[in-house]
Amino acid sequence: MTATAAPPGREVGARGARALVDLVFRARELSLLAALAVLVAVTAGVNGNFLSGQGVEDILLNTAILALLAVGQSVVVITRNIDLSVGSVVGLVAFVTGDVLARGAGLVPAVLLGVAIGAACGLVNGLLVSFCRVPALVVTLGTLYVIQGLDHYIAHGRQINAVDLPPALLALGNGAVLGVPYLPLVTLAVMLAVGAYLRAYPSGREFYAIGSSPEAARLAGVPVRRRVLAAYLLSGGLAGLAGVLWLARFGTVVGDSANGWELLVVSAVVVGGVAITGGVGSVYGAALGALLLTTIGSALVVLRVNPFWQQAITGALLLLAISVDRVLAVRVARLLRKGGRR
Amino acid sequence: MSAHPTLALAGVSKSFGAVRALRDVSIELYAGEAHALAGENGAGKSTLVKTLAGVHRPDQGMILLDGEPVVFTGPADAQRAGVAVIYQEPTLFPDLSVAENIFMGRQPRRSLGRIDRAAMRAATRELFGRLGVDLDPGRPTRGLSIADQQLVEIAKALSRDARVLVMDEPTAALSGAETARLFSVVEALREHGCAVLFISHRLDEIFALCQRVTTLRDGQGIASEPVAGLTHDDLVRRMVGRDLGALYPKQDAALGDVALRVERLTREGVFTDVSFEVRRGEIVALAGLVGAGRSEVARAIFGIDRWDAGTVTVAGRDLPPGSPTAAMGAGLALVPEDRRQQGLVMEMSIERNIGLTGLRSLRRGVTISRRAERDRAADWAARLRLKFARLGDGVGVLSGGNQQKVVLAKWLATEPSVLVVDEPTRGIDVGTKAEVHRLLSELAGQGIAVLMISSDLPEVLGMADRVLVMREGRLTAEIPRAEATEESVMHAATRRAA
Amino acid sequence: MTRVLRWDVLVGALLVAVFATGSLTVPGFATTGNLSFALGDLGEIALIALAMTLLVVAAEVDLSVASVLGLSSALVGALWDGGLAIETIIPLVVLVGAVCGLVNGLLVTRLGLPSLAVTIGTLALYRGLAYVVLGDQAVAQFPPAYTALAVGDVPGTPVPYPVALFVLLAAVTGVVLHATGFGRALYAIGAQEQAAFFAGIRVKRIKLLLFVLSGTVAAFAGVVFTLRYGSARADNGLGVELAVIAAVLLGGVDFDGGKGTLGGVIAGVLLIGLLRNLLMLGDVSTEIQSIVTGLLLIVSVLTPRLVSVVRPALKGTP
Repeated sequence: MTATAAPPGREVGARGARALVDLVFRARELSLLAALAVLVAVTAGVNGNFLSGQGVEDILLNTAILALLAVGQSVVVITRNIDLSVGSVVGLVAFVTGDVLARGAGLVPAVLLGVAIGAACGLVNGLLVSFCRVPALVVTLGTLYVIQGLDHYIAHGRQINAVDLPPALLALGNGAVLGVPYLPLVTLAVMLAVGAYLRAYPSGREFYAIGSSPEAARLAGVPVRRRVLAAYLLSGGLAGLAGVLWLARFGTVVGDSANGWELLVVSAVVVGGVAITGGVGSVYGAALGALLLTTIGSALVVLRVNPFWQQAITGALLLLAISVDRVLAVRVARLLRKGGRR
Repeated sequence: MSAHPTLALAGVSKSFGAVRALRDVSIELYAGEAHALAGENGAGKSTLVKTLAGVHRPDQGMILLDGEPVVFTGPADAQRAGVAVIYQEPTLFPDLSVAENIFMGRQPRRSLGRIDRAAMRAATRELFGRLGVDLDPGRPTRGLSIADQQLVEIAKALSRDARVLVMDEPTAALSGAETARLFSVVEALREHGCAVLFISHRLDEIFALCQRVTTLRDGQGIASEPVAGLTHDDLVRRMVGRDLGALYPKQDAALGDVALRVERLTREGVFTDVSFEVRRGEIVALAGLVGAGRSEVARAIFGIDRWDAGTVTVAGRDLPPGSPTAAMGAGLALVPEDRRQQGLVMEMSIERNIGLTGLRSLRRGVTISRRAERDRAADWAARLRLKFARLGDGVGVLSGGNQQKVVLAKWLATEPSVLVVDEPTRGIDVGTKAEVHRLLSELAGQGIAVLMISSDLPEVLGMADRVLVMREGRLTAEIPRAEATEESVMHAATRRAA
Repeated sequence: MTRVLRWDVLVGALLVAVFATGSLTVPGFATTGNLSFALGDLGEIALIALAMTLLVVAAEVDLSVASVLGLSSALVGALWDGGLAIETIIPLVVLVGAVCGLVNGLLVTRLGLPSLAVTIGTLALYRGLAYVVLGDQAVAQFPPAYTALAVGDVPGTPVPYPVALFVLLAAVTGVVLHATGFGRALYAIGAQEQAAFFAGIRVKRIKLLLFVLSGTVAAFAGVVFTLRYGSARADNGLGVELAVIAAVLLGGVDFDGGKGTLGGVIAGVLLIGLLRNLLMLGDVSTEIQSIVTGLLLIVSVLTPRLVSVVRPALKGTP
């Protein structure tokens, strides 16, 4: 145990603790923005191309898909669960949607199919977690491999090529309106909608209630199982949408798209300030986390750092985020304890 | 008064494994009446509350709402029927704001069905105004004191405009002023036609607030009668089922050397400057309200939590902070407050639970001797007259009283010189309670120093050679046996700082 | 009845059934050569499963084992490339594994973080470091004496060396888990950590030790893996954590801790090994194998929960 420097006076305690609590809640988004600013400034200082139109657009496009997944994941994590299967869902949906489109299906039915496949995967996860009470980590680790296996099985070494896809889809992936690419706009819309729902609607608050204290939620009459199921449905559905966007962005897809992305997504969410133990965080933070991770990836390339560092950095950031959260929480708890008695 | 009770239980039974928590219990709650539920710890009060709240479903019997049978499939059903419950332990969402905790699921709305936060805060302030509470509606509930948490629970129940208000020991952690405030609010609700069920271990409160009282003993309804005309002693007799004198047989024992010395022990924000000593052969009680810091002192002495300043000395040796292993080595034993979480590993067998404190002494070579383990368990089971089928059975199948005996056995097997017991008779039947008291008395007679934390005032008064009283983290009184009365102890426990 | 319905016994019976079916229906399955190969192929999973069993019994988990295996493999390759003797490399790499485990353990015990979150992070970190060390290249041509040790059989038996080592370690683990105070403490920690702490058990120290052990074993498994395939790569053992956890849970160890036997885990490991081998002999594609492993994992956690729901209902009266 480390001793805090100067023990604060008791009368300062309560008020100081309160201010600190406020700061901690707001600080995450701020510190993420600060980190982002420093990163961008340093990288741009070293290599001016980093802030070129193309560079920024690449970052936005890459962030869009990750952030979309992070939005879905954060809803699941807020309920004190986890969904490791999202990466596989993206891969499966990207391939299957590409396959049906290449066979001449209409764009809208194909997109709907993609989202439906994702939601179906989410439904399976959600039913197993909420109604069968099986640990979320184990279930979604299992479905990760099952879905990935399905993806490979269906793909069977084939490849979807951009030339077989309808131009409208590719335009969605690479086009822009007023210079802003479509993809980030889609993500932004989804993020704002989910964020508003979680913040402003009674049923949205129940996700936080469940993650904060499942037992209290049950006693308060919160439909815990239905909400957890809904979280997985949303996460799965958004992963389906992300699969479609993946196809639109890259055009060429083989059987293992987004392999291993579940780690990136979980890291983005946790770095973005969603507590892995549930009840705390916002989709905005999660999306910012995604933006930061993506920017780091791009910066590494620009700075000519061995790109193999990226995964290690992702892992280290995740560890840093949960460690800092924990240390701050302990500090705050100690301050509250010391200022607690009136 | 309407013909039908607003809410009633008729012939309700409920069992948990081998434990029959409620047996054929009936109770009728009428509009405009405050109804007390009396009974010792473990009599089944909390089970009854949870049945009314829709948490437990009765095995037999039924719940009647306005005279019609209803089935509560969950807490949400009971809430829809107008039942609001304040549980003994606060059930809050630590990460959410005070206002959100109060209005979860019933938030005031504005356009498009969105939550109206301003209205929610205003409503919270209004509720706090009625209760005379000064809390910021916007702060998270994490870090609130137990008393403040309980006040949030009370505000939550009030906000429901409930037809039936059930309160399970709402005053346990409250100060005198806060309690008085609560009572005036409850009084007002009652006059507006709310049916109230009130549980408290402070009998005075029952007499002050309630019109009827139902007494439970060992899961059975003993009596349901008007409060007027009852005396304090009548009520105690119904709860205990015998005269008090027989229950607390502390024998005088010759006091020996100081076995446990605690000096200026401080854990910041939890307790401050606690000093006392316990001699061999002595039983010292640590009394006070829930949240006064008693259990926390016990935890620190035993090394569960660290202390910030002060010393703990056992038989002349200073203990290092934060090491239960060192405390055990010095001859300390702690029978903790929470039997199911701290005292026992519920999934393990009786013999393994008893063996858990002696993993080293049961060793023969590298491995554990199962025979030594079984012998140890059998020995202590016999000495404590444990009722069990097989030593290999899980402790989960035992009754509360027998579980407590297993905890005692587990610790007595370490042959301690200082025994700290935290609420040793909470939730156990009257018969076992008397056995535990006799045992503690015998142990003191054998020269063990006993530090007993108890919220059961008659137990404190009957068992202790000396009573230490804590209030808000400080020792406020040391009362020798001859001068210890309910009044003197409660006074020291509740008096506001000057 | 509970005795017969015990999960580990069921898995054992299932194992026998699978073996019998395989022997009768799949040609080339019940030969000494094939079984010896199947066992050898299981070596790393089996070794890691031993340490993982101890962790899961104590209600913790280490998802980073496959990444430690990969990092260890990459280090073996890089150091061998750098001209170090294999006798120096092996202890060095195993030490790095211990440090990896120590990092996991310190984050879990000192900061009080959930092991799940920590080891998801180190899963990425250690695998990332493996790539940093070796990139996407492969290092081969290890001394034949050592590769022979990894694939060869104990003289006079059809038992590969890694399997012999596993048998030895399994015996030790079995005794530790089921007959010593340390093992008792693990069950107590897993079932009710607070009660274990209140009984004077040094919970944090024990957990730290388990994580160090897990990292050490995983690094050693990385050495075996590298020598067995004669190829050091950063992506060696990708996804092995899944097979290990599936084997442990399939063997009847409760993911929430406090329950399970080593015998069950060994049955679980063998069951997974046999199924993989049968699928391989049946020329079933690797993707189906991945699906089967995933399904097994889900079934192994789902079934006990369903049983616990169904059993009281079957008994009828409350």
